[in-house]
Amino acid sequence: MNTKSTVEIVTEWDIVAARQLGRNEAKAIGFGAVNQARITTAISELARNIYLYARAGEVTIERISDEDKVGLRIIAADKGPGISNLKKVMEDGYSTSGGLGAGLPGVKRLMDTMDIQSTVGNGTTIVIEKWVK
Amino acid sequence: MKELQTQYQKILSDFLANQTERNLYIGQNFIRQLIQKKVAPEEVINIHKYAIEQIYPELPEDISHSYDFLIEIMVHFGLTLKEHQSLLEQQEELRMEMNVATKIQNMILRTTVPVLDQIDIGMLSVPIRKMNGDYVHFLNNNDSVVSVAVTDVVGKGVPAALCMSMVKYGLDTLEYATKDPSYILEVLNRIIEKSVDDSMFVSMFYGTYNIKESKFTYGSAGHEPAIYYNAREKTFFDLESKGLLLGVMPEVTYPQHDIYLEENDFIIMITDGVTDFRKQGELDPRDVIKNLALSCNHLSAQEMCEEMYTYLKKLPDFELEDDFTVVIFKK
Repeated sequence: MNTKSTVEIVTEWDIVAARQLGRNEAKAIGFGAVNQARITTAISELARNIYLYARAGEVTIERISDEDKVGLRIIAADKGPGISNLKKVMEDGYSTSGGLGAGLPGVKRLMDTMDIQSTVGNGTTIVIEKWVK
Repeated sequence: MKELQTQYQKILSDFLANQTERNLYIGQNFIRQLIQKKVAPEEVINIHKYAIEQIYPELPEDISHSYDFLIEIMVHFGLTLKEHQSLLEQQEELRMEMNVATKIQNMILRTTVPVLDQIDIGMLSVPIRKMNGDYVHFLNNNDSVVSVAVTDVVGKGVPAALCMSMVKYGLDTLEYATKDPSYILEVLNRIIEKSVDDSMFVSMFYGTYNIKESKFTYGSAGHEPAIYYNAREKTFFDLESKGLLLGVMPEVTYPQHDIYLEENDFIIMITDGVTDFRKQGELDPRDVIKNLALSCNHLSAQEMCEEMYTYLKKLPDFELEDDFTVVIFKK
């Protein structure tokens, strides 16, 4: 069965709810303490971006499996202003220098894969995945 | 990871049992291994947590949880560290690119000092960074005229180097047009004004030596005046010439002046990196250069350039903070 849950991000406390959901799922499918913390941090960053820049959006967390391995997929989607320069936001030092947190390069490092789709004026969807090793 | 875990637990329990400096030292050696294997800080906390739980099976749960808290915090340190590592790698890439660029620049800006019977020419240019912001361009395509452009880009490093390539191509293009310093400075000014950023200026001293007439015609675009020694009068003159730096305003005219060289006369053209030191007693830097030149004017022009650099480098106040270039024409 495919477990899929969504948290709407509207207020700052919704970030906490998304974190909680992510942590519970990560724990449930067998991630260790360190990776639980990493996944939660990644979710937290994405949810925070939605809260700060897009005002509203949602974080969906689903379990994924492939042959003999399991993992988590997190989809952060918003209808915010979008990212005009994707290359720039993926550069080290670009967002972190302003003290904005881990930034998207950080999120990518915390996870196994990351994919960004963004259209200016139409919103951003970021999909990240991590597998239990 | 499992092996590291076991080792860590052993080192930690040894320390807890004895608390000696030796145990700490072993711990430090171990952490080097962890760093080498790129173990993240949050991972280290986790290793510690696990080890503590093994050593103290009765450990209160709260203490265990406190480590979870620390792991959570350290994830961010881990990210900062990774970012730092990746920036270091990028820096290394840039350094390598820079080396290639320097080689290309050196190739583009390579100048050969003309060797002539009628006039002895010497040149020395020492960059302060990898890329030289000074540039000397010689032109001598027949036996009647030899020209020199001594250039200093205000600004350093890569932007200065790029700008310099443009100056070089400008000079190359003008090569067959005319030998008049005022015309050449005027055209170069227009080129640079049009194509270069507002923050970039170029100073240039341009001189043309007519071999048959022993006539030196010069003009300057905001450049340090050249120093001319008249041997018959045993006197130095500053070859001053009014003219705005290249690239400041579109339409600028540059006057030119003539002097006639006689036996043992010489002209020293420099960039401001040469005079970049404090007064030596009563003497200002240009006087120091003049005395220095006089003391070694028995040498060839090239040897004079080298001697001057060697001497100045030894001055306690002289710190090479700018590209250093000196060109000498000696009859």
